[in-house]
Amino acid sequence: MDQLQNYLFIAAALFSLGLFAVITRRNAVAVLMGVELILNSANVNFLAFSRFGGMNFNGHVFALFVIIMAAVEAAVALAIIINLYNNYQSINVDEASQLKR
Amino acid sequence: MNIFIEYSLFIFFLPLAAFLINIFFGKRLPRQGDWVSIGAVLFTLALSMAMFAGMIFSYDPDFQVESSFTWINLGDFNIQLGFLVDNITITMLLVVALISSMSHIFSIKYMAGDPLYSRYYAYLSLFTFSMNGIVLSNNLMLLYMSWELVGLSSYLLIGFWFAKKSAADAGMKAFLTNRVGDIGFFIGIMLLFTAVGSVVYSDIFTSVADGNLAGTLLTMAGIGLFIGAMGKSSQFPLHIWLPDAMEGPTPVSALMHAATMVAAGVFMMVRLFPIMTPDALVFVAYIGGFTALFASTIAITQNDIKKVLAYSTVSQLGFMIMSVGTGAYVAAFFHLVTHAAFKANLFYGSGSVIHAMHHALHKKNDHETDPQDMRNMGGFKSRMPTTYRAMLVSTLAIAGVPFFSGFLSKDAILSGSLSFANHHPEHFLLPIFGFSAALLTAFYMFRLMYMTFHNEPRMPELIEEIHESPKEMTFPLVLLATLSFFIFYTLPYFNPFSDQGWFTYVIEAKTSLVHGAPSAHAIAEGIHHSHLPAMIISVLVAGLGFFLAWQMYLKRKLSAERYANKFSTLHRLSLNKFYVDELYARFIYTPVLKLADKIAFLDWDLYDKYVVDGFGKFTEWFADLIGKVDYDGLDQGIVDGTGRTANRLGDILRNLQTGRLQNYILFALFGVILIVIVQTMV
Repeated sequence: MDQLQNYLFIAAALFSLGLFAVITRRNAVAVLMGVELILNSANVNFLAFSRFGGMNFNGHVFALFVIIMAAVEAAVALAIIINLYNNYQSINVDEASQLKR
Repeated sequence: MNIFIEYSLFIFFLPLAAFLINIFFGKRLPRQGDWVSIGAVLFTLALSMAMFAGMIFSYDPDFQVESSFTWINLGDFNIQLGFLVDNITITMLLVVALISSMSHIFSIKYMAGDPLYSRYYAYLSLFTFSMNGIVLSNNLMLLYMSWELVGLSSYLLIGFWFAKKSAADAGMKAFLTNRVGDIGFFIGIMLLFTAVGSVVYSDIFTSVADGNLAGTLLTMAGIGLFIGAMGKSSQFPLHIWLPDAMEGPTPVSALMHAATMVAAGVFMMVRLFPIMTPDALVFVAYIGGFTALFASTIAITQNDIKKVLAYSTVSQLGFMIMSVGTGAYVAAFFHLVTHAAFKANLFYGSGSVIHAMHHALHKKNDHETDPQDMRNMGGFKSRMPTTYRAMLVSTLAIAGVPFFSGFLSKDAILSGSLSFANHHPEHFLLPIFGFSAALLTAFYMFRLMYMTFHNEPRMPELIEEIHESPKEMTFPLVLLATLSFFIFYTLPYFNPFSDQGWFTYVIEAKTSLVHGAPSAHAIAEGIHHSHLPAMIISVLVAGLGFFLAWQMYLKRKLSAERYANKFSTLHRLSLNKFYVDELYARFIYTPVLKLADKIAFLDWDLYDKYVVDGFGKFTEWFADLIGKVDYDGLDQGIVDGTGRTANRLGDILRNLQTGRLQNYILFALFGVILIVIVQTMV
């Protein structure tokens, strides 16, 4: 049970779910959550390779970086979402299509 | 720089400056600018006299200075222009300056009141300038340029009263006839230039002396040059322009007949005598001899006073040309100088007579009578004594009466022809031409004098109004009549029967440079031997001519009318100038005009219409075609097509830009998947 593939499967599943959320959700917050899922799937991969591949603690360090980056990204993304709401009175990403017009 | 060259430069350029000033500003100057031209020509006269004095003081037959500069330098093609001053040049310069000054002075009164007075003086200056160019030139190129300028200025002056059709036609005739001669002249120059590679006289002379240039080529070149002289010096068959040139103002006739125009040909022949081959000279001699006789036979029947003088000039020029042909070229030049004085004087005299007639007719309000017709004159002797005496002196000179200048020069020419016939008995015709012409000269000149000045007036109502001309007109007459005496040409000797004097000393005959030509010494010897017989015969024939004229026109013992009727064919031929003009009209002008018509038809109706216009039409059609290819093919197809394609493509591709964020992510995802698939497959 304790094998690399299992972790990779889980990471792949997480990634797919995250991507699915990013593509399908209308709510900007939900999209952000999808992105978080994708980032975490990458973390899982890092940790799995850290344990089973020869990455040692490098994987952990990368994972920590990703978590920090995710926090920063969340802050930026939430700021964008607030601005989006201020402009459109909605956080539906489909409505933010002003560039097309 | 040599003082002679310096003077020559002034003599050359002063009349040109006067011409330029008068042609541009003449009308605005006081007295319409005549003083500019007269001043310039008097200044050249002073300089010529200074040069002449220098020549007499140095008294050196070999005196010669030359100065050239390179005009065109294109590697091998090298043309030099320059001046050659020797005794011939100086003598001729003095003649030109003197006669030209007289013409200028004479014209003050003669041309007074003419609307184009200042232009007339400008043209006179141009004429003087051109002739000085011919005299001073040391090369064929400057000679040719001046030659053409003389042609141009004679055209302008002969046709000066261009409103009169006959004057305009006469100017054109003079110009065109001269063109015929000039073609020959130019061919001669080009032959010499291609053979020698230089147009400078001395180079050509050297080449001939070295024998590099000889034979037929040199003969052809000599004849070519002579054809030019035939045009300018009006030798048969190119003599037709000179009598018509009488349409110009009389001072111009005097200038042209004495010093400038017609002298140019003889002067050129004298200059280039050393390169004339014996063959060419025989041709020259026959043309000259025939012209001398031919023209004098015409002169005996003419009634227009100026026409008689015109044919007399043609005849005298024939004498000179014949003399060059017989090798006695110094005699030709001598006759040119003496003839300049007395012929100019005769023209001024006729001008004075015509002037008087003109005024008399004007007073009587008679515009029908021809003031130049001698049949309307007679008895002017007492009314115009100065004119009469001056003309009488010149008549004696031209008739070859001893003690007058013409006797010496004509005698030298006749001795030359006689000696030539002695050495070459097959050319016995030349002295016959010469002596017959001398007889006729005396006859027609005294006929002119008797008809004009003697007997009772033919128009008695007019005689009261005939007055002597003003001083400006009689002054040249008196001066030139004085110069018709022998003494001015024989100093320091006083022998009226021999031409020995300063002239024959400073102008020494040079041996022809052509190999096989007789030496100057041999020619001089021959002339010396035939001097006495020639003198006796010439005095006899002159006396006979005078006697006949005296009997016919003064004493009326012989009736001119009876002889005219008796030889009616000959009389008609002579009166109508042997129909030369008519022959030219029949056999040259008319066929040429017909040919021109035909060529014009070819040109206008065939070439222009079909070829030239066809080219235009084809070009138009071709341009249309090109236009179609350009507009419809290139512009609409390719240029517009590119735009249209980009437009349509944009239309299609813009649909991808949905504006939905998630779509873009989806596309990116598909892209990544595509890349991965491709990567794994490769």
